[in-house]
Amino acid sequence: MTPKIQLIGVKKRFGSKVVLDGVDLTVEPRTSLVIIGGSGTGKSVMLKSILGIIRPDEGTILIDGEDITHINGAARDKVMKKFGMLFQGGALFDSLPVWENVAFGLIQGRGMKRSQARDIAMQKLAKVGLTADVGDLFPVELSGGMQKRVGLARAIAADPEIIFFDEPTTGLDPIMADVINDLIASTVKDVGATALSITHDMASARKISDRIAMLYGGKIIWQGPTAAIDNSGNPYVDQFIHGKAEGPIKMAVKA
Amino acid sequence: MNPFAPIGRSTMTLLAHIGRLSMFTGTALAAIVAPPIYWRLIGQQIMRIGYYSLPVVGLTAFFTGGALALQIYLGGNRYGAEAIVPQIVVLGITRELGPVIAGLMVAGRVAAAIAAEIGTMKVTEQIDALTTLATNPIKYLVVPRLIAAVLCMPVLVGIADSIGVFGGYVVATQSLGFSGGIYLKNTVDFATQQDIVSGLIKAAAFGFIIALMGCYNGFNSKGGAQGVGNATTAAVVSSSILILAANYLLTTLLFSK
Ligand SMILES: Nc1ncnc2c1ncn2[C@@H]1O[C@H](COP(=O)(O)OP(=O)(O)OP(=O)(O)O)[C@@H](O)[C@H]1O
Ligand SMILES: [Mg+2]
Repeated sequence: MTPKIQLIGVKKRFGSKVVLDGVDLTVEPRTSLVIIGGSGTGKSVMLKSILGIIRPDEGTILIDGEDITHINGAARDKVMKKFGMLFQGGALFDSLPVWENVAFGLIQGRGMKRSQARDIAMQKLAKVGLTADVGDLFPVELSGGMQKRVGLARAIAADPEIIFFDEPTTGLDPIMADVINDLIASTVKDVGATALSITHDMASARKISDRIAMLYGGKIIWQGPTAAIDNSGNPYVDQFIHGKAEGPIKMAVKA
Repeated sequence: MNPFAPIGRSTMTLLAHIGRLSMFTGTALAAIVAPPIYWRLIGQQIMRIGYYSLPVVGLTAFFTGGALALQIYLGGNRYGAEAIVPQIVVLGITRELGPVIAGLMVAGRVAAAIAAEIGTMKVTEQIDALTTLATNPIKYLVVPRLIAAVLCMPVLVGIADSIGVFGGYVVATQSLGFSGGIYLKNTVDFATQQDIVSGLIKAAAFGFIIALMGCYNGFNSKGGAQGVGNATTAAVVSSSILILAANYLLTTLLFSK
């Protein structure tokens, strides 16, 4: 089977700072992969590289076997129709009301009628636990957690084949976090989407993933089925999932 | 230390800027002709760029026309040629001051607003979000602003011309002792179609410059609030300079015999 997403030797540096140092990663169709890794290790950069928002310095990115590393313009717009993305910072359009944020990909990207797109937007908002009256507010009028959920509704609005979630549960209360975990899990299981998520929340990672991969030092240092995470035999993974200050991963802080 | 190093460095930066700006312009022009056309957004931008600029353009044109009439009267007086006020006012306003004043005022208002808006979208990843929603940011953000500015500026300048001439008329009839009927007759008789059309051509060019520099600087803003502030300043300064330079160039082209 052709992998849905494949990264081969992807490298990215900013100035002299090497962030991705040869990332190799394969995501099979209809699976949910969670990327874990310390803050600032390049998880968001990796997602943005796949989306072409950041251009990698080296390496190849394949989507459904098609090399998209260097495509532009209309060809890229076409590939982007396969994707939905929840940005870590929300990245909601602050000049548009909530419902139009959610409906954006349907109206602009796919040319759907506004009234029809609005109905779909309202359904998606309900799925993330937001009521219809929220639809007419503007993003600045929402709490942080509500903005996150609008971002999530926007990411899934067009039923994309591939969905990226950059820290979907950060900033949510534990109950809402679990609602969102269920939503992500069902998007993969019921709709058949392929999901690539970043999270620091190990409970969420266990719940939404089929596989887990760990990014460290610009490379994927471990990956395996979610059930194997506790017996990875990898000291980096062990330190990370148990949240220990002592271990092979050294944080750059001075005591 | 090599004394030429700083000169070389800034030349390189300038060349890089020109290269990037040319690429940006090329991409934007190609996007104008590619479907789809976002009518709704063009309409919105016409309101924001054109309609809301009317008061500021009208006011500045009025005072410019008035001051111009006064100066021509005083200057002409030295040669006993003060009767020429209406002719020179209409010439100066339609050919030069109407387009330039309107261009600079709209640059201050609109180029700044565009750069701030797009710059904020850039630093808050809203532009990245556009691409993930299968929407080309150039097409969605730049093209409507370019089209709206190029369409609106000639209209604004046409209005500025009329109000500028009217400013001269008010000063001439109220404090310089001109008769209203004769002033208007001289104005209408003297002005040629070329005077007016040349000003409107300039206006369209200035509109392009304003929207382009606003968008370009917005798209290239880096960092946070400070980066957006820098982009806004750069948009106003660069569009003003380019407007004055283009004005000189267009005057040479349009009036060289
Ligand atoms: N546009 C950019 N320009 C320069 N450096 C960048 C840029 N984007 C990211 N970086 C750098 O790349 C590194 C990785 O950033 P990234 O946002 O991918 O981290 P992350 O793994 O997502 O962390 P977190 O878990 O805190 O979100 C950071 O050191 C950051 O400073
Ligand atoms: Mg991140």
